[in-house]
Amino acid sequence: MNKSVYDSPDQVSEIKRHILTVLVDNEPGVLARVIGMFSGRGYNIDSLNVAEVSNDENISRITIVTHGTSEVVSQIEKQLLRIVPVHSVTNLDQEGSSVEAEVALVYIYISDTNKKKVYQLCDLYRARKIENENNTTIFEIAGASERVNRFIKEINEITKVEIVRSGPVAISSIQKNEEE
Amino acid sequence: MSKEITGAEIVLKSLAEQGVEVVFGYPGGAVLPIYDTLFKQNSIKHILVRQEGGAIHAAEGYARSTGKTGVVLVTSGPGATNVVTGLTDAMMDSVPIVCITGQVPQHLIGSDAFQECDTTGITRPCTKHNYLVKDVNKLSSVFHEAFTIAQNGRPGPVLIDIPKDVQFASGTYEEKSKIIIPSHRLFEPSPDFEKNKIEEAVELISKAKKPIFYIGGGCINSGPKASKLVREFINIVGSPVTMTLMGLGVVGSSDKNSLGMLGMHGMYEANMAMHECDVMINIGARFDDRVTGRLDAFSPNSKKIHIDIDESNINKTINVDVPIIGDVKQVVEKMIGVWQDKKYKIDTESLKLWWDKINKWKEVDCLNYNNEGKQIKPQYAVQRLYELTKNTKTFITTEVGQHQMWAAQFYKFEEPNRWLTSGGLGTMGYGFPAAIGAQVGHPDALVVDIAGDASILMNIQEMSTAVQYRLPVKIFILNNEYMGMVRQWQELLHGGRYSESYTDSLPDFVKLADSYKAVGLRAKTTDELDDVITQMIETKNTVIADIWVTKEENCFPMIQSGSAHNEMMLSKDQKQDKKSAEKGKILV
Repeated sequence: MNKSVYDSPDQVSEIKRHILTVLVDNEPGVLARVIGMFSGRGYNIDSLNVAEVSNDENISRITIVTHGTSEVVSQIEKQLLRIVPVHSVTNLDQEGSSVEAEVALVYIYISDTNKKKVYQLCDLYRARKIENENNTTIFEIAGASERVNRFIKEINEITKVEIVRSGPVAISSIQKNEEE
Repeated sequence: MSKEITGAEIVLKSLAEQGVEVVFGYPGGAVLPIYDTLFKQNSIKHILVRQEGGAIHAAEGYARSTGKTGVVLVTSGPGATNVVTGLTDAMMDSVPIVCITGQVPQHLIGSDAFQECDTTGITRPCTKHNYLVKDVNKLSSVFHEAFTIAQNGRPGPVLIDIPKDVQFASGTYEEKSKIIIPSHRLFEPSPDFEKNKIEEAVELISKAKKPIFYIGGGCINSGPKASKLVREFINIVGSPVTMTLMGLGVVGSSDKNSLGMLGMHGMYEANMAMHECDVMINIGARFDDRVTGRLDAFSPNSKKIHIDIDESNINKTINVDVPIIGDVKQVVEKMIGVWQDKKYKIDTESLKLWWDKINKWKEVDCLNYNNEGKQIKPQYAVQRLYELTKNTKTFITTEVGQHQMWAAQFYKFEEPNRWLTSGGLGTMGYGFPAAIGAQVGHPDALVVDIAGDASILMNIQEMSTAVQYRLPVKIFILNNEYMGMVRQWQELLHGGRYSESYTDSLPDFVKLADSYKAVGLRAKTTDELDDVITQMIETKNTVIADIWVTKEENCFPMIQSGSAHNEMMLSKDQKQDKKSAEKGKILV
């Protein structure tokens, strides 16, 4: 339900995290339309990711992580569909099964005392060291958000770090035929 | 390779191909090339307004009264920002508008140039779609798409921002027929899914004991045929019907099934019937808060059918049992078909009991007001206006406030598209320019703006426009020297502290009319009223009729904010219970 001032108080639907994947025409302003709808109507964006996914058709895929009751998320989906350049909106939680992943790059402040522990932890999480011209210790970790969260929590306990995260992207894992 | 023409010429050619006859606008630096091209042609008429806000409301009035798309042409910067209110108004009330704005040349965009603003950024949330056209060769396809989007599905405003260099540049024109709009950019109903829903809905109606039709502006947007079909279906069922502010005229006021308007200032019988019905058939309305009142007490025991072309309206505030996404005329036509195929008959005995109950509610006579004395009651003024204009083809526009509600209550509409009012956004200053637009679309009709003394001053500069184009628009001011609705709320909810709602130093409206070379009339008492109205109708010129009405009249019945349909106030003496009054105070 919308957060109207006339809202009935007995809404009991549970607030849950949802991943929406939105296919849009890759034209100027399309991202602003999508995020403007969220801010204008008072919905939440927990993370957002956008990239072109097909060169020939000029289509981008926007992955939005949001939270809300099922009524709110259903409104979000319908409001997104009203936007002219939006092709489709899929709620991956309602699809049944999906795969999600994100990437984090972690700059690790390393010293002789913590070096061993850091490398052990990175090994454990299969975080990959990225070579760079300054030879600083930057690791890349990819996977489900919770795994990245755990890694960051544990590395934080060892040393100081700087982190950048992509936010999750996700795709439906339901079997499809090629014609579709 | 076809011949190259300038961007400005492409603009005019696109408008001509779209069948545009009139453009409402105001020139300025960033649209000079378009105005230059306009000067060299004769097929499209331009109406010069006195402020851009007037242009867009005029285009709205034109669109709503003719069913065509209204076109606006304004310059960059302040020209564009002045149309924002009108765009939002058109968005809320689903009016098809194409608004062309000039923009500074591309090499200056982003440099804070003179009269530059981020027009597409500012108007993104108040348009269905908008464009910044950077390539002159895309201009014609953008125009054709814009007109389609403005009219398609749930209509609305579309804005096209054109940098000045693009207006000067040369490019090729593509005809409408050559433009293919990808289907995802338009609304398309899904026929299979809806077929089952339609059957389910019709079956539900056939089993109803206490049905009510709840009709909204979507029926008007769907075209005159939709209103005809809706009337036909209601007649077959024999059900009572109530209309929203935007839906007035879909079913005639004199129709035996009509209960009139519902909602905050709606009819007692309409609201009570909504509260007690067992099957509600919402056609093209959106459960607006002015209609529903308190949500948790809204029609608690009914099954609800909701027909709407905009899926986002389904379950937005009220959960419904049978949603149908589609255009009213198509859906209702199918519903009639199903009803006839299955030879449904409604339980006439129950229906009779239902009507008996409704007729009892009617006896309350909720619009009753004390009409004693020589002073003109605002309700009486509207009643007389109706009586003296009912045999003429009349369009009524309004501003926003008490006078708007009295117009809705006391003027009887028999046909769609005759009633133009700002419902969703509630824009004071809408009515007069909208009347200008309606008069442009219907030169021979009588167009009356029922106004308040406060609202009319918001776009009074358009007097100059009306007079310039010899538009015999009538402004019928219910003058109580107050912002009446504000004053009413202050009386009911804020202890009678009339903070800033009294308008001191109002102009002399008769002299004001005179100064614009229009005609000014005044009625101070009931004796003068009919003469003034008759004279107003007979004058072939723009008229301001200044009707002095009783100052502290309130608009009843009223469902105060936070109350339910069955908790209507019929008069000042009937107070809302304290708890819901306190709760309601924070609401709008």
